[in-house]
Amino acid sequence: MAAAENYPADLKYHSEHDWARIEGGEAVFGITWKAQDMLGELVFFQPPAVGADVAKDGAYGEIESVKAVSDLVAPLSGKVVAVNEKMQSAPETINDDPYGEGWLVRVKLADPGEADALLDVAAYEQLLAEE
Amino acid sequence: MSEWRELPLIFELSKPGRSACSLPRYELPKAEVPAALARAEAPRLPELAEPDLARHFSALADRNFGVDSGFYPLGSCTMKYNPRLNERLAALPGFADLHPHQSPEDAQGALELCFQLQEALAEISGLDAVTLQPAAGSQGELTGLMLVRAYFQDEGELEQRRKVVVPDTAHGTNPASVTMAGFELQPVKTDARGNLDLEDLRCVVGPDTAALMLTNPSTLGLFEEGIVELARIFHEAGALLYYDGANLNAVCGISRPGDMGFDVVHFNLHKTFSTPHGGGGPGAGPVAVRRELEPFLPAPRIVRAKDGALSLDSKRPKSIGRVRGFLGPFGVLVKAYAFIRVYGPALKEMSEVAVLNANYLLSRLKDVYELRYDRLCKHEFVLSAATLKREHGISALDVAKRLMDYGIHPPTVYFPLVVPEALMIEPTETESLETLDGFVDAMRRIAAEAADTPELLHQAPHGRPVERLDEAAAVKRAIVRYEFEASAPTSG
Amino acid sequence: MGTGYLALTNADRETMLRAIGVASIDELFADIPEQARLKRELELPPPASEVELERELTGLASRNVHTGQELSFLGAGVYDHYVPAIVEAVISRPEFLTAYTPYQPELSQGILQAIFEYQTVICELTGMEVSNASGYDGATVAADACFMAAHVTGRKKIAVAETVNPQVRQVVKTYAPGFGLEIVEVPHTDGVTDPDAFLAAAQDAAAAIFQQPNFFGCLEAAPDLARAASEAGALAVAHVDPLSLGVLEAPGNYGCQIAIGEGQAAGNRLSFGGPHFGFLAAKKDLIRRMPGRITGQTVDRAGRRGFVLTFQTREQHIRREKATSNITTNQSLCALAGLVYLSWLGPRGLRELGETCLGLAELAKSKIGLPLAFDAPFFKEFAVRTKRHSEEVVREAKKLGVNPGYPLGRDYPGLENVLLISLTEKRSPADIERLAEVLGEVLA
Repeated sequence: MAAAENYPADLKYHSEHDWARIEGGEAVFGITWKAQDMLGELVFFQPPAVGADVAKDGAYGEIESVKAVSDLVAPLSGKVVAVNEKMQSAPETINDDPYGEGWLVRVKLADPGEADALLDVAAYEQLLAEE
Repeated sequence: MSEWRELPLIFELSKPGRSACSLPRYELPKAEVPAALARAEAPRLPELAEPDLARHFSALADRNFGVDSGFYPLGSCTMKYNPRLNERLAALPGFADLHPHQSPEDAQGALELCFQLQEALAEISGLDAVTLQPAAGSQGELTGLMLVRAYFQDEGELEQRRKVVVPDTAHGTNPASVTMAGFELQPVKTDARGNLDLEDLRCVVGPDTAALMLTNPSTLGLFEEGIVELARIFHEAGALLYYDGANLNAVCGISRPGDMGFDVVHFNLHKTFSTPHGGGGPGAGPVAVRRELEPFLPAPRIVRAKDGALSLDSKRPKSIGRVRGFLGPFGVLVKAYAFIRVYGPALKEMSEVAVLNANYLLSRLKDVYELRYDRLCKHEFVLSAATLKREHGISALDVAKRLMDYGIHPPTVYFPLVVPEALMIEPTETESLETLDGFVDAMRRIAAEAADTPELLHQAPHGRPVERLDEAAAVKRAIVRYEFEASAPTSG
Repeated sequence: MGTGYLALTNADRETMLRAIGVASIDELFADIPEQARLKRELELPPPASEVELERELTGLASRNVHTGQELSFLGAGVYDHYVPAIVEAVISRPEFLTAYTPYQPELSQGILQAIFEYQTVICELTGMEVSNASGYDGATVAADACFMAAHVTGRKKIAVAETVNPQVRQVVKTYAPGFGLEIVEVPHTDGVTDPDAFLAAAQDAAAAIFQQPNFFGCLEAAPDLARAASEAGALAVAHVDPLSLGVLEAPGNYGCQIAIGEGQAAGNRLSFGGPHFGFLAAKKDLIRRMPGRITGQTVDRAGRRGFVLTFQTREQHIRREKATSNITTNQSLCALAGLVYLSWLGPRGLRELGETCLGLAELAKSKIGLPLAFDAPFFKEFAVRTKRHSEEVVREAKKLGVNPGYPLGRDYPGLENVLLISLTEKRSPADIERLAEVLGEVLA
């Protein structure tokens, strides 16, 4: 059921295997194919509250599989405006579609300039090759 | 697979009106609890007669695997034979029917056993004073860290000493205990030889360090070659050293934690000292300390008067308090005491054989499975199935499940975290050469099967009551008790 | 010398050393630094044969006075209830006795299903929705409940009734500094806890803990205490006697979020204090903060029902420093004994047992004829005032072959003349006559 390995070119990446899709003054966060592959079938998503602040490089929630738990790392700073409800009832959606249906939170960005510090797809794939 | 019939839950065997119990019926005055406190509806406990009860639990036992069932090389668990005499001894009425609130004058035999066990553990550890209270290794760890905390509080240094250093190979209980004791975790790396990285260590140890928590040999089964220098680094910084005794089976009578430089030690009586694991306990985790820490030990302490009589001393103003009820898990202590009496100083031979057995297995398996640290091991060693994974898509989990088809309990898998596809193997000293050769044989066959018939491994085990279970479903659709409402009434 | 447990012959050892490529066993220890080596024998008594060992331990056992040797009315947290032989038969099955924790479910369906059944039975008794697989004892599960409550509420204070077992309170106080918790005790009023005092203490508390029946044997106004806790925004935690729950209402049914207790009375011998087991059960929204193992039901590839350890991400082997507890080995075999016992009793047996204990206690109260220390109703234990120091009363009574109970002065200043008398179904009306006779003599 899991998706084939892929890393969309239109996303920005964080070295802790999190991605950001920037849409004007907001961004959507999620975890990459590599992250869901390492964790295995996902069973639980612990989101931040809507309205909570998230800080770049800080943990904003947790994601769990049967055998592992991982912090979700915020690629950018901002305030949470939406949480993906579907993820709480069907967390395995991330395994099938980590970039579409498997999005985690939508954030109003505090400092869009922070995006410059993120990796583009080529740099992220390079990172994966080195690991 | 078809030889295993489906086993009902005890609630599915239940039928109203049946009962196994046999209680005396006395002539008694009527007595009731106040209506506001009275039970409205009876709990739905099983209703079976005793014969069906016996059969149900017998069927459950048939579906379980213990050390008596076959080889059980679970690394870091020390699954050695549990001497059957010790069960009989712990069940003696003078022990089993002794009330813990009994006056000390009428419990001298029990107190004497505890006192002697304390002395023996002090000698084995090379330290000075022992508490028998902790109920398990984890609780022993927490007790040990509480003692460290009390010591520094007494010295006026607790504010400054917040950190406990823990290696990356440590068992998960170590960092969990650090948190529960109110300290902060300071991880440190292991080097390519499997020792603590002393350079990394020198950078992190300082005036804010409370203690080191270390298992020696480590979870890699390797003796910490730099232990003397390690102890010096911590003691010079004014910190203490805590020994996790999970791996003591490797060095009894050969190298004592007190002589290695440790100040606090916990023992796992259900590992090193043969008390049965019981499917997840009961265990016992006594703690030994250097003289300086004795005042902080849990109260009460067993003390001997001039006339030889033993009593309990609760006037211990510096004690951390009590960590468990009464003096500890006495029935477990009896078994460990008996085990130590049977060996005496020959505990050294126990460890020598444990280490011989492990090295024998290592020498016969390291050409087929990857070995990351090319050293002689102690009582256990860690191999990796990483090559099998890369070349044939066979994981450590697949190897583990396939071993079941050979009538062998799998080793510990995926631990320690520093080795990918880890297989941690600990035979213990109570295994024969034939059993060890049988294990080698099975492991070598499985490696060959990985190349020739990988599907067989992915589908393993083949002969058990169940195949691989959906653990993700167990979380997502959590059924953690019998669903009375969802089930049809029994027709008997 | 333990060589009965070692299978290697000298020839075997030679074969193995050759395979390893070393000349002697000493070479396997070459990496141990000189300074760390023990250069003498361990100073322990010489090895004993099994015959000698049995003689020695029988001797030690005979220096204790057990419940078969004196007529005992000692309770105070640990009780001499009947343990049916079927319990011992089940827990001595080697497949249970000698197995490790069930991390490999295909080899452990026996114990996993038994734990699932145990969890169900505990939930039924306590009116809760999730139970763990057991904790160390009735005292440490109280510390576990505090840890849970602190995480759930974010508060740093715990309120505990003074009528909770002193050992439970001691353990909670020992764990509190590490958790960063402040413990506040609520003094008793005539042997029970006043709900208004409990409410006041529970302000800003993460949890408020009471015991039912309490340490004095008295019945608390438990629903009122639970309500007081909730009003203050604290989790209501009841510490209960499992064998009282056939006649007393379940804590989950009168407003508690967590139920804990000592399971010893259910199928575990006294054994001088252990091993026993603690139980911990809660409402289902607390499942992710539960410490200890939890077994869950699932299916295998072929759709067969099976059982596994579940929600393991709470536990130390995965979450490490953020785990809900460091607990690993718990009290599985003791909990199994509890399951067998409670299944042997069944619901009617549990009720009958409760009624028998109530009747025996009532009979004892009237036959003994001493003034009650407290006015409140009681279950199977009650406290009486004696004109003499109760420690003395116990000493004198023991000379006449009767252990009349627990001197409460040991734990409660001011109660030096109060004796806690405990009844179980193993004491008969004739035994009670004897107790009354002896107390009459001692206090004449």
